[in-house]
Parts: sequence; structure tokens; C-alpha cells
Amino acid sequence: MIPVSYYFALSAILFSLGALGVLIRRNAIIIFMSVELMLNAANLLFVAFARANDALSGQVFVFFVIAVAAAEVAVGLALIVVIFRNRQSIDIDEMSNLKG
Amino acid sequence: MNGELILFFVLAIVAISAALGMLFSRNAVYSALFLILNFATVAVFFLLLGAPFIAMAQVTVYAGAIMVLFLFVIMLLGAEQIQHQARRGWQRPLAMLLTLVLLAESAYLIFTRSDVLTVLQPAAADYGSPQSIGMLLFSEYLLPFEVTSILLLAAMVGAIVLVKEDKKSGGQK
Repeated sequence: MIPVSYYFALSAILFSLGALGVLIRRNAIIIFMSVELMLNAANLLFVAFARANDALSGQVFVFFVIAVAAAEVAVGLALIVVIFRNRQSIDIDEMSNLKG
Repeated sequence: MNGELILFFVLAIVAISAALGMLFSRNAVYSALFLILNFATVAVFFLLLGAPFIAMAQVTVYAGAIMVLFLFVIMLLGAEQIQHQARRGWQRPLAMLLTLVLLAESAYLIFTRSDVLTVLQPAAADYGSPQSIGMLLFSEYLLPFEVTSILLLAAMVGAIVLVKEDKKSGGQK
């Protein structure tokens, strides 16, 4: 069988790639997708440790994470649509109106 | 036994390449499609880990609903290609460095705490079946489950209110 540390390593790599995406991309939609990638890496680790400890609660928690991610995507994409309608761009470097 | 390990490594390579493809695609539609591939491989990992219900939820909710919403918004806005403008040159190397630090921290944890990271044993027959998940969801986790429905309703109303055109001041933007 596969050791849990393999899943740990895979999840860490996916999470780091998501963090890298948030840091280097300028397109708000791509940044949003990177956040989804990080959530997904955390879900993978949840399920792996639930299996290792023989506890189903980890899987229930992943279910809640998926539901919250769906809600977050609905509101976030609505915000992006409104920002695009007002500014004709979703480049995050141009969203600097609140800068002092 | 060995076949499972081979499957793991092939899927891991696919998942990491899909994530890299999402990061470095110029076109946002390709990024979304790479992310769908990544979600599908993670769903197979869930199946390997004895979580068929979560795997199906992953495919229907993530790869189905959420990513279709993403593709819809990308195509609606016509924002496939954002032209790259001059940016501060120190940001990209710094981001790479910070990511490497994050990876090194995870590697340190994996290699020093390997005593708690055991090899997975074969699970019980009904582990992770929809019945057992449902029983747990509607007994021990009933209150969070109901709160989730309110959260989804609030998100739906919020999304509709945000995107709605304002009829009175719509013309003079």
C-alpha cells in the first residue's frame, strides 16, 4: 500500500503551486483558480489522514469545504463581473483605488 | 500492491503537470481546462483513498459546476488574454523564493515527522461508503449541514444582487 507521506508530498507540491500562482499571476480569474487549487490540495490531505486514522470525520469536513468553495466561487465571480463592468479590466494591478 | 504505486506516480505526474499548465498558460480558457484535468486526477486519488462519495462530489461540484461557472465568466468577459504590461522585476523571483521556502518547510515536516506517517492499511468494507457518510452527516454533523444550506442560499442571493443591473441609474455610468 501507499504510505501517507507520499500523499503529504503531493499535497504540499500542489499547495505550493497554488500559492505561486496567487503570487505571480496578474489576472484575477487565474488567481481565483489558484485558490481553488490550494483548497483542493488541502482536501486531498484531509482525505489521506482520515484514511490513515480510520476516521470518517475528515471526509465529512471535505464535504463542507466543497460546499463553502462553491459559495465562494459564486460570490467571487459575481464580484469579478461587476469589477470588469466598471473598469473594463480584471488586472489586479489596476485595482488600486483604495491605495492611500 | 505494485500496480497501485505505479498508478499513484502516474497520476501524481499528471496532477502536477496540469497544475503547472494552469499556472503558465497564456490563455485563461486553457488554464481552466488544465484545472479540470487536475480536479479529475484528484478525484481518482480520492477513490484510491477509499472515499467514493467525496470523489463523486469532487467531479460533479468542482469539475462540473464550479469550473463551468469559471469558463462561463471567462468567455462572457472576453478576458482570455490579458496583455502583459511592465511589472516590478523583483516580484517574480521573490515569489519563486517564497514558494521554495514553503516547499522546504513541508519537506522538513515530512522527513522529521515520519514516525506519525504510517503506511495505509486496507480499510473496512463500508469505509467511506455513501451510507456511512450520510449517517455521520445527519447525526453528528446535522447543525453544520443545515448551516451550509443557509450559506449556499446567502451566496446565491448575494451573487444575483451583485450582478443585477441597477434599473434607475443603469444608463449614466
